[in-house]
Amino acid sequence: MEIAVEINGVSHSADVEPRTLLVHFIRDVVGLTGTNIGCDTSSCGACTIHLNGEAVKSCTVLAVQADGQQLTTIEGLADGEQLHPMQQAFMECHALQCGYCTPGMVMASVSLLDENPNPTEAEVREGLEGNLCRCTGYHNIVKAVLSAAGGGK
Amino acid sequence: MTVIGTPLKRKEDPKLLTGEGKYVDDIHAVGELWMGMVRSTMAHATIDGVDTSAAAGMPGVHAVYTGAQLMDMGLWAAPLPCAWPVTPDMVNPPHYPVATGEVHHVGEIIAVVLADTRARAADAAEQVEVSYGPLPAVASIAEARTDGAKAHSELASNKSYTWALVPDPAALDAAFAAATHHVTAEFTQQRLIPVPMEPRGVLAVPGVAGGDVTIYSSSQVPHFLKILLAATTGISESKIRAVAPAVGGGFGAKLNINPDESLALVLANKLGRPVRWTETRSEAAFSTHQGRGQLQRIELAADADGKLLGVRVHLDADMGAYMMLVTPGVPLLGSFLYTGVYDVPAFGFTCDGWFTNMTPTDAYRGAGRPEASYAIERAMDILAGKVGVGPDEIRRRNYLAGGEKFENLAVPSTLVFDSGHYGPSLDLALDKAGYGDLRAEQARRRAAGDSKQLGIGLCTYVEICGLAPSRALGGLGFGSGGWEHAVVRLLPTGKAEVVSGSTPHGQGHETSWSMIVADKLGIDPADVTVLHSDTAISPLGLDTYGSRSLAVGGVAISMACDKVIDKARLIAAHQMEANPEDLEFAEGAFTVKGSPDKTMPIQAIAFGAFLAHNLPDGMEPNLQEQMTFDPSNFAFPFGTHVAVVEVDETTGQVDLLRYVAVDDCGNQINPLIVEGQIHGGIVQGVAQALWEDAAWDADGNLRNPSLLDYLVPSAAEMPSFETAFTVTPSPANPLGVKGVGEAGTIGSAAAVINAVCDALSPHGITDIEMPATPRRVWKAIQEAKQ
Repeated sequence: MEIAVEINGVSHSADVEPRTLLVHFIRDVVGLTGTNIGCDTSSCGACTIHLNGEAVKSCTVLAVQADGQQLTTIEGLADGEQLHPMQQAFMECHALQCGYCTPGMVMASVSLLDENPNPTEAEVREGLEGNLCRCTGYHNIVKAVLSAAGGGK
Repeated sequence: MTVIGTPLKRKEDPKLLTGEGKYVDDIHAVGELWMGMVRSTMAHATIDGVDTSAAAGMPGVHAVYTGAQLMDMGLWAAPLPCAWPVTPDMVNPPHYPVATGEVHHVGEIIAVVLADTRARAADAAEQVEVSYGPLPAVASIAEARTDGAKAHSELASNKSYTWALVPDPAALDAAFAAATHHVTAEFTQQRLIPVPMEPRGVLAVPGVAGGDVTIYSSSQVPHFLKILLAATTGISESKIRAVAPAVGGGFGAKLNINPDESLALVLANKLGRPVRWTETRSEAAFSTHQGRGQLQRIELAADADGKLLGVRVHLDADMGAYMMLVTPGVPLLGSFLYTGVYDVPAFGFTCDGWFTNMTPTDAYRGAGRPEASYAIERAMDILAGKVGVGPDEIRRRNYLAGGEKFENLAVPSTLVFDSGHYGPSLDLALDKAGYGDLRAEQARRRAAGDSKQLGIGLCTYVEICGLAPSRALGGLGFGSGGWEHAVVRLLPTGKAEVVSGSTPHGQGHETSWSMIVADKLGIDPADVTVLHSDTAISPLGLDTYGSRSLAVGGVAISMACDKVIDKARLIAAHQMEANPEDLEFAEGAFTVKGSPDKTMPIQAIAFGAFLAHNLPDGMEPNLQEQMTFDPSNFAFPFGTHVAVVEVDETTGQVDLLRYVAVDDCGNQINPLIVEGQIHGGIVQGVAQALWEDAAWDADGNLRNPSLLDYLVPSAAEMPSFETAFTVTPSPANPLGVKGVGEAGTIGSAAAVINAVCDALSPHGITDIEMPATPRRVWKAIQEAKQ
């Protein structure tokens, strides 16, 4: 099926199999490999992107469902050289180690603050429940999100 | 200028935060073929037939090979390697990348499809028909021990080896005969799935004309990979280049030489086309080794005051279906630590390794040491109960050197602990936790009959890391040295370049190594570039495992810097017409003593060494030195952890309320990175204590291979941590550093289960098996009430 999707402000058209997952379209067809795949059960959140401004796990969406929609991936979050405040907060707080969950975690965190600009620690923890990290123990991720919220995002 | 000890932000982060980091699955080669694995659905069976005809005819399928066909093609010179034959008579059935004749665990590869896309390879693999002749499966250690069914039909017994460390059997017997208090406890170390967030993957790219092949792998051990793939395939080592690009976590799971890596290499080499594969998460439970898998029996002998007289330990360890790279040695890595931080006059350890029909086991964060720490720290709490003192007091009475600071102390398990100072570690942890207040709150809840009871658990761990003195490894039968290699060079423009044989996958080596070089040479950390994880760039290296990177690799870098400074001094002296011994080196410049205006920065010396116009007679141009550091001892980090749990007695639910960790890893290079390692380590130990369990059924099927059922904790299950540090430098290396990658995991499972048992102690409950699920806790309470 022919689809056209706008990703990070650039339009991409392709002929895809109906079964193609959006994450595979982003990674294998468009070639934006910042969005990672960490599981096969929509459990880990590594593939989280923004679909029309809201966080979704891109393994739970078919590429054909994204036809005509606007996506933002981790590659589109920074403003040129200037990191997004959430990316900056992750760096300041050492909220990443191996970096594999990071793109999804950052995208989920941005969306979390969009919905709740001043969350409590418990709300951050609940809000990121769908994103798994094996390196950081979440301590510094939670700290980063609270810091980004406090920093007048 | 000193940058060491400061929380410098990581150099690695900008790439990883913006999606620029390239993991194996992000790298592509023109003409690449995807492997799709046909995996056994039976734990133990004969392979009676493999019909590949339907798969071979599918669109995009290039070839389908069965194990028998691959063996006929003569692609392997030897089976996959086990580098640690722990005894001369260890039984080690041959393990080839693809099964022939008989399969020995669910998920073992029976045939491989090569197709032009990932999806087509997977589709075609599903169409391969395998006929099995089922055989009885051995799906637990208990079953292996009966030696009824055999995990491999040709084996006379499921036992692979017996290993013993009993320095003085007579003294051990005497200690137990003389004891007032005896503790005998049995613990199960359940199997764990490591779950680095990046699944493993491999891409082998042949250079057709040159006969060489580059293998990109999500590996902790690219150097071992190159050497051992050469040794087992017969492809010349000089033709293999191994690259570990960005690696998304390891935790031991990527410390192996896997069937898929060997297959990709030989098929790419044979076909002259790039060959690749990336495991799916559910596949990883079979294609990547698992951790733990031990039954432990620990006995303590103590006098009337609870002073330890002897410790005796026996392990039955689950090897799984095959010996992988260090499978048999993992339980033995803990053998030296079953006396923990305690002064124990007599000690004995034995271990039997058993084959089962399950995914092979191998290293997982801590590898043998969390198990040891768990057994002794759980047993100490049980002893405290028998003696009638608190868990803090039983530990104080037994600390090595009475809890005072020591260096180079011989312990009965035949090692020499580099340094320790356990008393202040416990004091600080109890103080930080508010131990007295916690006990008061616990008493209040007990008196009130609250449905939610409080439990407080302590653990003072010691671990062994900084692997390793090569001679010590030789003594243990390990097939490698334990050194690490480094090159430090100054480029013509004064920037520094470090080549390290240590290979990171999240630990922040680029940042820490830059800090060491910056500190030594007096330059900006931003002016240091670290090169690693590519055997074409760093041909010498022994990779990353066993919390060795800093204590061995970082020290090698520091010592190479010393050599650079020594050479630079000679050049500076020559060019400034001074005696070398009259020069002082500070802040990145040589200055003539007493003449502060006569100074020469190291960048200028580097340029001079590059020009080579004016060097001392006979000196080699360029400012570059190398160092291979072989440590004289292991490092022994330690610490005290306090877990505070709430147990809901009506549901059995355990909530971790607080976690206090006081750790001592010697001198710290970057406290930000140190703390991060502790945080992540704690969660993996807590997860073993409360949630994670690879659940195999009696037929050898894994019931929870996916992340839907295998309970990796999320942020919602964890509290924030309260961390603090003591600093007891190691005398075993010039930086005084130890290691911190596994410490959190080594301390945390015991602390949490001690807390759970503490909460349940009014019921007379002294043990809960891991993971302490609501069902187990609730059941224990109900049984205690009857």
